[in-house]
Amino acid sequence: MFQILHDINLDWLGNRRWFITVSVLLMLVGLGSAIFRQATGRQAFNLGVDFKGGTVVTARFKQRPGDEAVRQALDEKGVRDAVVQPVTDRPDTVLIKVPLIEGVDGRAQVRDALNKFGKEAPASAELEADPGASYKIVGTDAVGAIAGAQLRNKAIAVTLAALVGILVYIALRFEWTYGAAAVIAVFHDVLVTLGFFSIFQIEISLNVIAALLTLVGFSVNDTIVVFDRIRENRRLHRRDSLYKITNDAINQTLSRTVITNGLVFLSVLALVIFGGDVLRAFSLALFIGVVFGTYSSIAIASPIMVWWEQRIEAANRQAALSFNQPRVIKATSPAKTPKQIRTS
Amino acid sequence: MKKKNLLTRVIIIVIVTILGLYLVIGPRHRPHLKDFGWSGIKATLASNIHLGLDLQGGSHLVMRVQTEAYLKRLTTENYVAAQNIAKDNNFEVKGGGVESGPGNYRFTLELADPSQAKAVKEAVEKKVEVGDTSAWTYSQSGNQIGWKMTSAAERTLADNATTQALNIIDRRINALGITEPTLQTHGAQSAHQILLQMPGVQDPERVKGILKADSRLELVHVIGPGSPSPPTTYPTETEAIASLNSGGTIPPNRRVLPYKERVENRADGTKDPKAEKPMQYVVVETPGIISGEQLRNASAVQSQGGGRDDFEINFSLNKTGADKFGAWTGSHINEYMGVVLNDRVESIAYIKSQIYDQGQITGRFTQKSAEDLALTLRSGALPASIEYLEERTVGPSLGADSIRAGVRASLVGLALVVVFMLFYYRGAGVNAVVALALNMILMLAGLIVFGATLTLPGIAGIILTIGMAVDSNVLVFERIREELRSGKTVPSAVDQGFNRAFITIIDTHVTTIISSLFLFVFGTGPIRGFAVTLVIGLLVNLFSAVYVSRTIFIWLLSRKERVETLSI
Repeated sequence: MFQILHDINLDWLGNRRWFITVSVLLMLVGLGSAIFRQATGRQAFNLGVDFKGGTVVTARFKQRPGDEAVRQALDEKGVRDAVVQPVTDRPDTVLIKVPLIEGVDGRAQVRDALNKFGKEAPASAELEADPGASYKIVGTDAVGAIAGAQLRNKAIAVTLAALVGILVYIALRFEWTYGAAAVIAVFHDVLVTLGFFSIFQIEISLNVIAALLTLVGFSVNDTIVVFDRIRENRRLHRRDSLYKITNDAINQTLSRTVITNGLVFLSVLALVIFGGDVLRAFSLALFIGVVFGTYSSIAIASPIMVWWEQRIEAANRQAALSFNQPRVIKATSPAKTPKQIRTS
Repeated sequence: MKKKNLLTRVIIIVIVTILGLYLVIGPRHRPHLKDFGWSGIKATLASNIHLGLDLQGGSHLVMRVQTEAYLKRLTTENYVAAQNIAKDNNFEVKGGGVESGPGNYRFTLELADPSQAKAVKEAVEKKVEVGDTSAWTYSQSGNQIGWKMTSAAERTLADNATTQALNIIDRRINALGITEPTLQTHGAQSAHQILLQMPGVQDPERVKGILKADSRLELVHVIGPGSPSPPTTYPTETEAIASLNSGGTIPPNRRVLPYKERVENRADGTKDPKAEKPMQYVVVETPGIISGEQLRNASAVQSQGGGRDDFEINFSLNKTGADKFGAWTGSHINEYMGVVLNDRVESIAYIKSQIYDQGQITGRFTQKSAEDLALTLRSGALPASIEYLEERTVGPSLGADSIRAGVRASLVGLALVVVFMLFYYRGAGVNAVVALALNMILMLAGLIVFGATLTLPGIAGIILTIGMAVDSNVLVFERIREELRSGKTVPSAVDQGFNRAFITIIDTHVTTIISSLFLFVFGTGPIRGFAVTLVIGLLVNLFSAVYVSRTIFIWLLSRKERVETLSI
């Protein structure tokens, strides 16, 4: 039996101050970037055509270059995140969608980039009539956002509702403190990722939103695996403190954490490296999400849960003492019947 | 575990696998041998799995909302209302009219007594929304008083009509089950254009027809004596107008609409092709009793006693509509009411007793046309008609090269997972790979069954599913190893490993499924696309990673009397 990690005994919770400090710092840096940019009149996030709208330029070529070549030409002129879509029923034509930038003429930008392939035919002449020209811009239209403000608000509301669903389910299966800790960890992951997107001004498209939802899934999955082990250990070792039990649980699931998340990490890394420019923002969001999703279940969710449970326990003890009664530890009593389901 | 149990498990797995495989690579027509060759399978896959706009492209439609018609209708409605109010207040109005055109939407009333102008203005502005000076400017010259729409109001109203049309088109697309379209405003704001891109659909002409259907429904009072005399109809429009006794013009509270009487089926339920009734005209009161905005629901049903191709539409009204309708029908027993659709009378019926919120549209509907009409009625009437300006087919928005790169990268990732699982877990790794392969086949089958459209967000859902599928296997295997280390026998370690890990797997899966269901039910566009694949994938995974994987272990253990080692 080949084994990566075996009999690990690390004091994870002992480092909780470090973990929390690092996380808070990361979130503050991201938040700072967003607020600073917004305050100085720039954009907090680089929202793409999906959110902001932009300009669709229709260009007709004598010999249409490949989509990738067109995208590259745009990239060279500093037009990032353009959508290049060939018109299949007119093979010489291509649609180029560029995001709206205040004070910049989308058509001029595209023309500037397309001049790489040759001269544009003058507005008065047909493309075929001008032997020196190689393309002509035949249409420029402004397009609105696909996801307008209404849709965006709805998406946020739906995501929050989904998080409440997660909270309630975990609260039912574990304790509500577990649910709250898991959801806080998820918020942390999303905020750190968004902060990263703000700092480096990577374009946020609808696909990036899907990646964010994916990282929520990863993060919750990871947190539940650890919590599950904590629940089991509390049943088996009733004498142990929650602190020790949690450390043990993290250590026991560590080989699983390393293998699963390592594999996912490598797969997503492959997507970042080989997935191409168009998918880069999407795969980067996934990548950061996997890293912080793993980190947060150990470094955020578990310490918060332990801290919270200990406070409840202390408060109960206080209450019990002040009534001068025998000690009753209510909320965190390990004697509580564990919830269990049977396997098929 | 007993042998019998194992046999049942194997049979279930084999059946599910074959079904899943056939759903994915099996053709939807009677299969030929060549369908199972390499190119045959590729063609079937392409037709079975619907790819979204970003992966495959689709149609690109630019349409224009005819806002001038909307503004004209609005002005006319106000004109009619103003006329009626003036008459109700016993002011004499000799005539008037409506002018319409860009920059000039106005209506005038010609008064018999110019000194009444102020009183008429006040009475009209109390009831009709023309008192708002930012929207309408009032003017008087001689015995003519008039209201003209301001250019600011013209712009706002036209923009609102476009937004409303966009929302209604969105609702119709959703009702049609077209997944993941993109819908946005197009061109300058004053152009009132809408750009719709949608992935390839089966019947584009039908979709275009439904999207542009006006579907303006009205219930109106048909003028004439009530039952038992038949509804009053006129053979020509001129005769209908003449009956109004108003000198060849139609007074503002009347309309003359065409009506073609429905042909009753023959006794055997078939249509008599020769019994086509001629076009007739009826006079109705305007404004109508109820308009389409007061509909709550509409559905196509087969007519009672009608043939297979004889459908009607049942509708119900919302609270305000029902109150109005109840009051009107209560005071007009035995009179005739007409159902008007897009300015054509579809059917006429007399009021037998007070009706509140239910009604039917009977007409000449086939099942398809009735269903399409019900769909457009449910989604609301377009504020103005729509014309198509441009129609193209476009390639994938992500670009073919990027898709190829993405596919290559995903294959690299997948290969990594497979190699690692085989290397690290040896024999058990085979379990994991089998489970993973089955998961992917069944997930695709699920997508096909639900007719989902696969897009990049959907692929994100697949990535998460694969991650959780691998995780399920790792959880089980690590647990079995743990149990083995603590000195348990192989069968009991496998048992314990599955039982313990199962609790974790259930918790992770149920949590994610619950949250995805929220996203699926209330989400739109990419959020929904993500949730669909994730829910299907995770449900499948409970089967493949737990049930199938465990069955393989049971089979391994059942081959020998005593098993002392396990390749894991």
